[in-house]
Amino acid sequence: MTAIPATTTPPALSPRVSPAEGVRQTLTLAWRTIVQVRHNPWELGDFSIQPIMFVLLFTYVFGGAIAGSTGEYLTFALPGIIVMNMLFVTMYVGTGLNTDLTKGVFDRLRSLPIARWAPLAGRIMADQVKQAWSIALLLTVGAILGFRIGTSVMGLIGAVALLLFFALAFSWVSVLVGVIAKDPEHVQIFGFTALFPVTFVSNAFVETDTMPGWLQAWVKINPVTKLSDATRGLLVGGPVAEPLMASIMWALVIAGVFAPLAVWVFKRRV
Amino acid sequence: MTAGIQAEGLVKRFGETTALNGVDFVARPGTVLGLLGPNGAGKTTAVRILATLLQPDSGRATVGGYDIVHAAHRVRQLIGLTGQYASVDETLTGAENLLLIGRLLGMPRADAKRRARELLADFQLHAAGDRAAKTYSGGMRRRLDLAASLVGRPQILYLDEPTTGLDPRARTELWGLIRGLVAGGATVLLTTQYLDEADQLADDIVVIDHGRVIATGTPAELKAKTGAQNLAVRPVDAADLSLVVSVVGDLTHAVPEVSGQLVTAPIADPAVVPAVVRRLDDAGVLLAGLELRGASLNEVFLTLTGHPAEELDKEPEEVGEGAR
Repeated sequence: MTAIPATTTPPALSPRVSPAEGVRQTLTLAWRTIVQVRHNPWELGDFSIQPIMFVLLFTYVFGGAIAGSTGEYLTFALPGIIVMNMLFVTMYVGTGLNTDLTKGVFDRLRSLPIARWAPLAGRIMADQVKQAWSIALLLTVGAILGFRIGTSVMGLIGAVALLLFFALAFSWVSVLVGVIAKDPEHVQIFGFTALFPVTFVSNAFVETDTMPGWLQAWVKINPVTKLSDATRGLLVGGPVAEPLMASIMWALVIAGVFAPLAVWVFKRRV
Repeated sequence: MTAGIQAEGLVKRFGETTALNGVDFVARPGTVLGLLGPNGAGKTTAVRILATLLQPDSGRATVGGYDIVHAAHRVRQLIGLTGQYASVDETLTGAENLLLIGRLLGMPRADAKRRARELLADFQLHAAGDRAAKTYSGGMRRRLDLAASLVGRPQILYLDEPTTGLDPRARTELWGLIRGLVAGGATVLLTTQYLDEADQLADDIVVIDHGRVIATGTPAELKAKTGAQNLAVRPVDAADLSLVVSVVGDLTHAVPEVSGQLVTAPIADPAVVPAVVRRLDDAGVLLAGLELRGASLNEVFLTLTGHPAEELDKEPEEVGEGAR
């Protein structure tokens, strides 16, 4: 047991965590989340294979019926699929957080001399990496199937930036669910029961004016509609300013409501 | 040197439940303090408070001389936490878990890797180091948990029921590791439900029940206070049972308990054992078994409190798992 010297001369103790240390700890914890994905092929499949299946399904199965041609439909639906996938991937922030809370990993992290906000920030930062990966994957698959960016590199950068910004805001919803839920499965159940209606009752996959009037009222203000329109505008062309502003407003409202709420519930639980 | 652990009048309530109701104890530097009590006694709550995971409602505590509330960040630099609740990431490998903690503690990557390898070797996990922790056996998990709490070479270590649920072999192994740590000079706070574990490892024992300290002392003092041992006798032939009961009762001056074919009675003086053997031998009673057993936690409780150790369903903080 010679190699376990439990004590050494006491090091000088620092009174608090510096912001630079906090950022480094956040990066380490984000690294951990990415390593988790490497070990869990299912999760990788969830935000890699599943969206590809959606693209294939929507393009070749529904495309002809909805838009008359698969190529035309791909141009319309791909931005919507990217938005939908972004929302679903966000749920991993909540499942991961919930797993840490229920398995006791969070207690260990909190007993370490690290910034109190680092575990949460690490999760959210890892989410941004996953989001970027998913968006790149979907655009690549789309390009192979015939999707063409009709605007410019600036449009592409703008679209990715908008999606990541929205994901950042929406991950607070996921944090809240992750803290409240009894176990990780419940976070997933929420993801399906709450996100499916929000994403499908939008113009992500079909034009608004094909729906009954009472439904259109919601579809027109649905953040998924605004975000799909803005993404379309930035990638394909068409009106950008109004849906872009509306998307940013929605993101700010969501973050403004859910971030304080999530932090409050979070502090009560841990 | 530093002051070990000192807790004064710790109180913690969860809604209606009072988990700790004014608890005082001291762990002297370089010694093992055993917190002994049944489930729900408040042991885990005490550890969580001392690990800065919870704030006490009243009372105060210092760890290594630092206040756990006002100097929490300094306390966290001194402690290592292993337990029922502080766990490892099951999806990561053993090596990655240790690397993660080393990196979070600010070690350069190479140092953190070296430290991880060192600990894996010390805890006989080097062969499993690159496997996901979820594939580990119970004993391996606990060893990894313990290794994870040692990455930063803490001076003060909290072990919250480190052997609960382990088989006897894994338990003995872990005891050996803990002794090694203490020999290295660490101050250890150990919580346990097992009297023999506290007896084996602790220098001082604090017995808690319903959030209160009901006894303190060295293992020897505590055993002297609570009637040290039980004599258990099992005759081969059930027909001899009443004779065994009368002999044991006669010599121990106690009313023996009979369960099945086993007769047990507390004894104060080990010299009674040969006398029992002689008398039964004279009477021609064949014995299937005869042994001296340490008093169980239940018996300690019975003696100290007059009531048996009530197994509360769960620690209060565990009940509110989803709603905390």
